[in-house]
Amino acid sequence: MTQVLPDGLVAIVKRDCPTCEMVVPVLAELERAGATLTTFTQDDPAFPTGLKHVEDDTDLAFSWHNDIETVPTMLKVEGGTEVGRIVGWSREQWQTFTGFSTLGPDLPEMRPGCGSLSVDPNLTDILSVRFTGSTLNSRRIELGALEDDMEAAFDRGWSDGLPVVPPTEARVLRMLEGTTRSGDEIVAIVPPDLNAVTVEQVAINAVMAGCKPEYLPVVLAAVEAACSEAFNMHGLLATTYFSGPIVVVNGPIAARIGMESGRNVLGQGNRANSTIGRALQLVVRNLGGGRPGGVDMSLMGSPSKLGLAFAEREHDSPFEPLATEFGILAGTDAVTIYAGHGPTAIIDQISRSADSLVRTFAGALLNEGHSKLVIGFDAMLVVGPEHGRILKAAGWDKQKLRDELEPLLTRNSDDLVRGASGIEEGLPESFRGIELPKFRAGGLQIVHAGGDAGLFSALLGGWVGGSKGSIPVAQKIAP
Amino acid sequence: MTTIVLDPTAGKSAASIETVDRPTTLAGLTVGLLDISKARGDIFLDQLERRLTERGATVARYTKPTFAKPAPVDLRHEIATNCDAIIEALAD
Repeated sequence: MTQVLPDGLVAIVKRDCPTCEMVVPVLAELERAGATLTTFTQDDPAFPTGLKHVEDDTDLAFSWHNDIETVPTMLKVEGGTEVGRIVGWSREQWQTFTGFSTLGPDLPEMRPGCGSLSVDPNLTDILSVRFTGSTLNSRRIELGALEDDMEAAFDRGWSDGLPVVPPTEARVLRMLEGTTRSGDEIVAIVPPDLNAVTVEQVAINAVMAGCKPEYLPVVLAAVEAACSEAFNMHGLLATTYFSGPIVVVNGPIAARIGMESGRNVLGQGNRANSTIGRALQLVVRNLGGGRPGGVDMSLMGSPSKLGLAFAEREHDSPFEPLATEFGILAGTDAVTIYAGHGPTAIIDQISRSADSLVRTFAGALLNEGHSKLVIGFDAMLVVGPEHGRILKAAGWDKQKLRDELEPLLTRNSDDLVRGASGIEEGLPESFRGIELPKFRAGGLQIVHAGGDAGLFSALLGGWVGGSKGSIPVAQKIAP
Repeated sequence: MTTIVLDPTAGKSAASIETVDRPTTLAGLTVGLLDISKARGDIFLDQLERRLTERGATVARYTKPTFAKPAPVDLRHEIATNCDAIIEALAD
């Protein structure tokens, strides 16, 4: 509720501020001199004494809605509109501002004042709920007095198996500070239940996942990308296969929010990496209704289905950023979402030439899923920095690596038909006599990530690729 | 003191859908069979079609473009329009 501003001069003070105490005689002097003065008091309705118009602002509504950061603050109001504002005490400033040139001759020339109670860090949460909580549209759920907050989330089916942060109004309001987007804006239609979900609802799940507010734009972009037609989140969820949505982040936002692109990049220990992917999965679970045992029919799942997000190591990469392959300019904040799982290790501690290393990569890639199956399943090759350095020294960029991989990843179908190599799995007999690539066109993603030491790369196995399954999707991150 | 949290779910109560009465006989009815395009699904459905035809049903066969995606809305509508009964099942 916004209060009408009283015309004339308006002072905001609190007793617990020596500067405010000091200026009380000046306020009285202004009244005596005929100024129209209204004084709002933040902490003690009986303070200051001796003034005609003192208003009780102990609920801090006036201070909150008028963005008071310092006491004393003096406003000048004309026709209900603020036309000027000074903060703290400065004799010269007060004299000019009020038009009374004799104010406070005995006071010190300048005092900075104190912090307004309306911005007291201990009160921020309470006040934001009091004054802006009504902007939240979600249903309030009062947990039982005897319930443990953490257990309550498990009991209601909101958790992926790990504890979640209880999404209180204060936490959700804080999370929403992380984006300029309005809380009621629709972000996506989330499968499998096809619910239209808002920024606020995503923020609730981001709180539960453990995100900081500055991660929210990344989570929102990931949700948008995951719910696109091309990515096919419904099918990915329903499959008996292992994969889930994997989020790769490009652009300066990764470093700004502290995402890991180096050591242990696919592992634990970095809050942004761990919680952004988890937030997306909680959105699918809680807002899309996709749960293991329900629409999620995965045979075994994968630890990466708890949520896997990481930043690409761009600063010394031999490759252009992943998102640029989907039409997004390098240097732009973007997520690319890929249907995969893993990782699987690729070891090569001996190769010092790109020609040798590419054969190691090809060997690992050919075995993805099954050595005799081709084209159906996608893959992501995560080149570690010590391997990346070898490629860079040889002058190989991503296109060169792809070109060199292509013949190595091409198979004679005679070796792939059912029964070949004594293995019944394989292609129908009718496929004999042709050359086939391991991956569909566009089915192999290549990124650069990992710590400084370790002559390894990694394979993130993928799900059915292309129009029959999932196509990776990039999405710019909006502030 | 109790904690108030915001509902993290879509917050909808399940919509209730009224089911049609089960037919007492299949004779004279059209029964839809949807092939989800998984390997060898057609063999299973061929067998099912024979058994249904023996009971006097007319079988209408449909195929989803890919097992990895939900059936397109037009296909779902076509099945709902043309069939008196469907057998809902998924074999993998």
